[in-house]
Amino acid sequence: MQFGIFSVSDITRDPVSGETPSEAERIDAIVQIAEKAEEVGLDVFAIGEHHNPPFFSSSPTTLLSHIAAKTKKLTVSTATTLITTNDPVRIAEEYAMLQHLAKGRMDLMLGRGNTAPVYPWFGADIRQSLPLALENYNLLHRLWREDVVDWEGKFRTPLQGFTSTPRPLDDLPPFVWHGSIRTPEIAEQAAYYGDGFFANNIFWPKEHYMRLIKFYRQRYAHYGHGTEKQAIVGLGGQAYIAKRSQDALNEFRPYFNEAPVYGHGPRMEDFMEQTPLSVGSPQEVIDKTLTFREHFGDYQRQMFLMDHAGLPLKTVLNQLDLLGEEVVPVLRKEIEARQDPETAKPPTHAKRLKDKYGDGPARQPKPNANRGDNVTGGSPYQDSE
Amino acid sequence: MGQNFQLVVVSAGTSDPSSTRLLADRVAGRVTTLAGKKAQTVGTSVVELRELASEIANALVSNHIGPKLQKAIATLQRADAIVASTPVYKAGASGLFTSFFQILDNDLLIAKPVVLAATAGTARHALVVDDQMRGLFAYLRTVVVPTSLFASTEDWQDNGLNKRIDRAALELVALMTSGFEKSVRDESWGSYQHEYGSAGGTELSIDLDSDLMKLAAGGSAGQKSAG
Repeated sequence: MQFGIFSVSDITRDPVSGETPSEAERIDAIVQIAEKAEEVGLDVFAIGEHHNPPFFSSSPTTLLSHIAAKTKKLTVSTATTLITTNDPVRIAEEYAMLQHLAKGRMDLMLGRGNTAPVYPWFGADIRQSLPLALENYNLLHRLWREDVVDWEGKFRTPLQGFTSTPRPLDDLPPFVWHGSIRTPEIAEQAAYYGDGFFANNIFWPKEHYMRLIKFYRQRYAHYGHGTEKQAIVGLGGQAYIAKRSQDALNEFRPYFNEAPVYGHGPRMEDFMEQTPLSVGSPQEVIDKTLTFREHFGDYQRQMFLMDHAGLPLKTVLNQLDLLGEEVVPVLRKEIEARQDPETAKPPTHAKRLKDKYGDGPARQPKPNANRGDNVTGGSPYQDSE
Repeated sequence: MGQNFQLVVVSAGTSDPSSTRLLADRVAGRVTTLAGKKAQTVGTSVVELRELASEIANALVSNHIGPKLQKAIATLQRADAIVASTPVYKAGASGLFTSFFQILDNDLLIAKPVVLAATAGTARHALVVDDQMRGLFAYLRTVVVPTSLFASTEDWQDNGLNKRIDRAALELVALMTSGFEKSVRDESWGSYQHEYGSAGGTELSIDLDSDLMKLAAGGSAGQKSAG
């Protein structure tokens, strides 16, 4: 199982010091946070995509390729890449490029985005958000699998003889997670293509996620990708850890109380009881996280939200030490001991390479010479007719 | 053989006891008696919004439904009829009352019969029920009985109020025992808008043949219109 952290990329005033970091400071901080994630033994770092202040992450592939260059083992990912307002052609190109630079240590999670004003900035309409997401992904899926694509849809200009470059690394499309809270169509699409399904698991009572994950597992099996237990599921969560639980509660409370999404609302203790939030000692965080698999079934990826709500960099790095050194090693051991043997392995590049090619060589597309007409024609690569 | 019905009283009164709750209880009492005459039994549960005030406020600002609120929603989901009662503040229903109904799923109360009631310190607020509250309950697709109840200070010593309570209770019993809600829900539930997990977490049907589901499974959303 993989463990990692995901960041919303919010730039929030620290309610304790009263300081708001500059964009420059927060962007420097996120790179240090990602490097720290690798240093303490976490597997995945994921960043959100937003196009309005107070968020900085408008260009996830730029950030992630920088992080990939500064790390050796860490998988970089998104939480989420907007499949609605981005042109699927650009997603295909940018993330394939990231995949090459990261040597396969990447995947991505698709989401729709729920901020209505963002849509028209990119020529889209939130009322069409769901069909737009579904159609865009149908196209994206083909762009990574077919060298030459002819395509016509409802939302985007048609494509004639289009080749998305570069082709995916080892001709193995990046692994895709589909994130959703309560949209069966998104779970259906994830199941249809045999992709992963991710439940952010942060805001709602767990029953909402349980229902949709169950539906995704059933449909995954229906489409013949494997058994329900072999479906690829990821979960979010959030934690604040201190050696003594009382310190954790005291230290996190001011950040909880003013957190952008749920601040000024429920009491922290109530929220802890009713949602996956863990605030406490390493053992308390371990115990709570271990309950997730009982509700959702065995899963492949557990992500934690650790750097939000104005928590200063020093605190976040300290949190990552505790997460990586005292929480995750125990979780790995405990989950391995309890996990159903049928459970699929996490979808790493190495694992998927083996699934596709066995021990044989991977396809390495080499383009034909430019014919001077600046279009790819019917056979852009030397190994295809 | 008689049926057993569940009546739910929702009160936004703030004192204990409050005249708002008292008015609702009088209706509930009459409903029980009138149903009894038709050999039907009525079980009454009460949702006191005062006890849910902080969870209602949290739900409004953070979408987080607390445990007491979940219980109230489950109670309403099972209701065969509702008596909803509020004090009037500043020429409108109490914010606590409207906030509570605003956080419910749009389809939670479809076709449920409702008596609306309000209390106030002055008769000048008498039209609040008909002018303001009916719109909210129309949006929720409830069926509100023709007689609205309103009690200002002087009404409590006027037998006219009892007569109106009788009328409203009778109308509610007539709707409740007619099977109206069941017919609508059994025969027409799919023609109302729903979200997955709405109706208090009970709306879980998935239409695998819808256009969007076909699109999800690699289908087409249609072609771009020309021009």
